[in-house]
Amino acid sequence: MEPRPRSFYILSAFFALFILFLYGPTITIGILSFQGEGGGLTFPMRGVSLYWFYDLFEQQAVGDIWGSFRRSFVLGLMVMVVTVVVSVMGGLAFRRKFPGSNILFYLIITSLVIPSILISLGVGLLFSQSGLNVHWSTSGFGAQLTWTLPFGLLIMFAVFNRFDKSYEEAARDLGATPWQTLRHVVLPIIAPSLIGVALFGFTLSYDEFARTLLTAGSYNTLPLEIYGMTTNVTSPVLYALGTLTTVFSLFIIGIFLCIALTTNRRRARQDSDAGKGEV
Amino acid sequence: MKLRNNPAISSLLMVSPLAAILLIFLVLPIVLIVIVSFWRATEFSIVPAFEFDNYEFLFGSSVTYTVFFNTFKYALITWACTLLIGFTVAYYLAFHIRTLTWQIALFLLCTIPFWTSNIIRMISWIPFLGRKGIANSTLMSWGAIDVPIEWLLFSDFAVILAFVHLYTLFMVVPIFNTMMRIDKSLIEAARDAGANGAQILWNVIIPLTKPGIMIGTIFVVTLVMGDFITVRFMSGSQSANVGRLISNDIALLQYPSASATAIVLLLTVLITIGTLLRFVDIRKEL
Repeated sequence: MEPRPRSFYILSAFFALFILFLYGPTITIGILSFQGEGGGLTFPMRGVSLYWFYDLFEQQAVGDIWGSFRRSFVLGLMVMVVTVVVSVMGGLAFRRKFPGSNILFYLIITSLVIPSILISLGVGLLFSQSGLNVHWSTSGFGAQLTWTLPFGLLIMFAVFNRFDKSYEEAARDLGATPWQTLRHVVLPIIAPSLIGVALFGFTLSYDEFARTLLTAGSYNTLPLEIYGMTTNVTSPVLYALGTLTTVFSLFIIGIFLCIALTTNRRRARQDSDAGKGEV
Repeated sequence: MKLRNNPAISSLLMVSPLAAILLIFLVLPIVLIVIVSFWRATEFSIVPAFEFDNYEFLFGSSVTYTVFFNTFKYALITWACTLLIGFTVAYYLAFHIRTLTWQIALFLLCTIPFWTSNIIRMISWIPFLGRKGIANSTLMSWGAIDVPIEWLLFSDFAVILAFVHLYTLFMVVPIFNTMMRIDKSLIEAARDAGANGAQILWNVIIPLTKPGIMIGTIFVVTLVMGDFITVRFMSGSQSANVGRLISNDIALLQYPSASATAIVLLLTVLITIGTLLRFVDIRKEL
């Protein structure tokens, strides 16, 4: 290996600063959420305690934190499942041209780049004008899908751009039906990317704010609840809640990464069964 | 059997859920916003009409132009900052990190914040930027300043800082993705031909990275132009962009005028994106 040029060390320092910039603030509120009972929103720490976390569990005057957490969690799972299924179907379909495929593609891009407040406003108007009540599980659910589906589909497009079609042809030549080809050949190959799509679906929904704002109705999701708190809560209890949600997000990301790693490892182990089949 | 014979029909069937969702939650809402933008608002409700009052008011008010100018200002400054930082980080990961494992690990380190809450990440600047925050107390302990700097939190500075903090990832990811696909032998060839590091960067790497830069630009520009939360939160309600104008109207139940502003914003964004898309074919770059 050739020696590292000087630029490597400069860029390494830059990268370290960037990581500090990314994580520093979050770590700071992590530390500040252990602020002592008399402490405020910034340093110095007045003792170390779990006071603000207890506060979070006891005090319900602030709002319905746990209810909103449950709703966000359920909504995240709903969005995740639909995003995975619809993205896979869309990804498979887009491998060929079909009537309207261009229009649909541009709709997907529009869904991604449209200012979120238009979705919030438009879906809100749609429901109110047709006499329906906005609710997180109907209008909020649909509004969030306009945000998660483009990510899921773009991932699937990327996956199928790299997909080797000869696997499918081989399956077909061996007499597999289209369904068998999909079930036993295509899906196992793209499985790791589906974990990625699921991660996007869940976390983007769990943290989604702008598109849910006018579409969640009277029962808030967690980000809406937190946003409401920023205007009237001025104690470290806000940090405690922030720390808990971030830890929860990291936990979810960790689970998905573990699943991805184990699938990859298992696949590496059973790499090929050539020569092991029954004759 | 019939499905197998007609691939177009099976494709259409498979995209039908997608098409239905986009129709109900994207197309219909936009159509409705267009319609409502011609309606009239009374004190308590909105009434169907076909008048251009909302647009006339919008274009006749000087606030509109200030607010649109602000929106472009935020977008431009944020774009420049995220591009510089994002390009440098992606360049470092793609060309200076030598093993794939480390590349993936460091790349993940950069992307993890994307999967956590934006609101929390905004809140987390408070202890840094506040009057008695870390930045001010550090500067004062160094003797660099005597009185706390007031414009750190609740200012345009804070807004742009938060934008850069939230959205640099959207530059890093596509640029890194394009850089990883650059054939390393091209760089060796340039070096063999006598190019120095700066020349390789300028004449080889940057031109080949353009598609990634374009995709990152589209993300950052649209996210910033459509934002209304970051501006409100980080400026302490002192600055406004178009998104805030719309959300204020919504809060006052002025849906027709909110709709008119929203349509103008949407057209602005789509024209910007349309211009950028002329330089890149997204589907090829995925």
